[in-house]
Amino acid sequence: MIAAVTSLGGIGLLAALALGAAARKFAVEVDQRESAIIDVLSGANCGACGYPGCGAYAKAVVEDGVSPSLCTPGGQGTVEAIARIMGVEAEAAVPQVAVVRCQGDNRKAKEKYRYLGLADCNAAQKLADGPKACPGGCLGLGSCERACPFGAIEMTADGLAVISREKCTGCRKCVAVCPRQVIAMAPREATVHVLCNSHDKGAAVRKYCEVGCIACQICRKTAPEAYVIEDFLARVVYEHHEQAGPGVEKCPTRCIRDFRQGYPEGSSFRAPGTDVSSDVDAGANEKVAG
Amino acid sequence: MRMKTFSGGLHPPDSKEFTATRAIEDCPLPEELVVPLSQHIGAPATACVQAGDRVRKGQVIGEAGGFVSVPVHAPTSGEVVAVEPRPHPSGRALPAVVIRADGEDAWDEPMPLLDPAAATVDELRGRIRDAGIVGMGGATFPTHVKLSPPPEKPIDTLILNGVECEPYLTADHRLMLEESERILDGIAILQKILGVERTFLGIEANKPDAIERMASLGADRSIEVVPLEVKYPQGAEKQLISAIAGREVPSGGLPMDVGVVVQNVGTCAAIADAVLRGRPLIERIATVAGAAVKQPKNLRIRIGMSLRHLVEACGGTLAEPAKIIMGGPMMGMAQLSLDVPATRGTSGLLLFTAEQVLKRPEGPCIRCARCVQACPARILPTSIAAYARLEMMDEAEALGALDCIECGCCSYSCPAALPLVQSIRHAKAAITARRRKG
Repeated sequence: MIAAVTSLGGIGLLAALALGAAARKFAVEVDQRESAIIDVLSGANCGACGYPGCGAYAKAVVEDGVSPSLCTPGGQGTVEAIARIMGVEAEAAVPQVAVVRCQGDNRKAKEKYRYLGLADCNAAQKLADGPKACPGGCLGLGSCERACPFGAIEMTADGLAVISREKCTGCRKCVAVCPRQVIAMAPREATVHVLCNSHDKGAAVRKYCEVGCIACQICRKTAPEAYVIEDFLARVVYEHHEQAGPGVEKCPTRCIRDFRQGYPEGSSFRAPGTDVSSDVDAGANEKVAG
Repeated sequence: MRMKTFSGGLHPPDSKEFTATRAIEDCPLPEELVVPLSQHIGAPATACVQAGDRVRKGQVIGEAGGFVSVPVHAPTSGEVVAVEPRPHPSGRALPAVVIRADGEDAWDEPMPLLDPAAATVDELRGRIRDAGIVGMGGATFPTHVKLSPPPEKPIDTLILNGVECEPYLTADHRLMLEESERILDGIAILQKILGVERTFLGIEANKPDAIERMASLGADRSIEVVPLEVKYPQGAEKQLISAIAGREVPSGGLPMDVGVVVQNVGTCAAIADAVLRGRPLIERIATVAGAAVKQPKNLRIRIGMSLRHLVEACGGTLAEPAKIIMGGPMMGMAQLSLDVPATRGTSGLLLFTAEQVLKRPEGPCIRCARCVQACPARILPTSIAAYARLEMMDEAEALGALDCIECGCCSYSCPAALPLVQSIRHAKAAITARRRKG
């Protein structure tokens, strides 16, 4: 009994000493700044910075002098923290958020054919450019939802991706996976967006979508600074986004939305602290139907 | 006697009885033809006519856009009314030349006739390119490219593909019976270009009349007719080489890597027309069938005729088609409407009724391995599809996803109705896209 305890204990002690010695001998020297940066990063390993994980980004900042402003999920606070650790001036990072530029779900936009294949937008897009008649519309099969590491995207019952501005960190993974470039990045502070991605002429858009941009120029007339029309599609000039308000009410197809008034009808998310009065959406429906 | 074949594959009901005995009929000319400039794999042709121009039958209306490209010719005489994007069988709107027929159907000056015995190999190859000849089995790969193997890859065997393993299609079958001379003339030209030692013609055993006819005619022209087991996809290039020559095309390789060139019998007939009659590829034989078609037929169609016109030439429809397929039911392309033009690759047009296209609900994989047994490429469809669904493309690639020939045997054989071939196709696209990115 005693022999067994001593021998086993002895082996354990020897092994512990050997391991301890090896740990000291072969220890990898980590730059103090590197571990400090890892501590202030979001730790999501989302890849938004372009590096495979937070550790690799921290190493790149320390060793290669990569910009400290690449961690979009961390926001301005993280940028400043990294800049302090590195002793450099913090660059102003404009916090970005992803926006689904489409409201054409299965009720509001027509389909070319019934798609019965894999529930994946990229697979569907390969079949005659996707089932949705609009060449820029959301296919609604949820590839972005699955790609989002933060659970910020949800599909509505009618097949439209909706992004929670609260959960979105701006990592751009959904932008990369969408085969139709429906999702785009926009400054977080801007709340007015043109929710359409069709570059077809107005007459064509009207045929397949109730809520598409018909390039009628009305938004531009109400707020000339805040909108541009390019290739039959209106876009908010985000430098002047605070002037974009009037376009929301005047848009005849209601494809311009202000997220402060809540997300488009049919969305699963609502902006915090704003109770969407039901008459806003009811009004929108009337105008579309008319 | 046990017939030659490849490993794997399966036998769907071949449904050829509707048209196998129906002689080829000329499809009447419509008023308007829409000729797509993109009718082959490779760079699309560029239009060289504009609205208002008068064209004659056989005149070049689109010039080849590169080495892997061929010109496009006017299918009839008439006036060009537009050069604009029009709905294309691929589902997109692609540039096309719209011709209003004048009804005269007058030929342009034919290209000078060539004597295959006197002409050089380069002249013959050039003619095949200028006549716009592409693989007419449906893949539409420019033929002159296939006939230009690099010198380090000597070709000793020519295999003619008269298999027609897709259900319903009988166009090649009728061509072999009714216009065998055109095919034989084309084969002689191919033999000259490639300088091959042996020439085989593979035909599935369910066409005994075609086997007999081609064997009797081919005997004194050193063409060996090989009857093949009735099995899908017997007409796929690699499977045909394996069955006839017993050679294995390596993964990622081409038939020329094992000294073989494969050509469809319809392509041979078109080559004969181009060389001996100076005529470009403006027509082909196509089978129009399916339960929704009133009188299934084999038609001689012009490139650019709308699918609706072909159906009308067959007496119209019995019921609203629930599914329209251009090509065969296994590998053909579903169409969004009948208002798209027939192209050089249109080997068939199938209109199915709702009862014929019932979709079974998808179930779980029960590991029965029927897809593995059926796979002629000898890869593991169920595993690759599972990886593809999990977006694990490295693993899918390691299992040989790129060797998939997309024949659909796996999906067809799956008792759980899993979309196996679709998943593998998705993986293939993701892998090649990533390779391009580097």
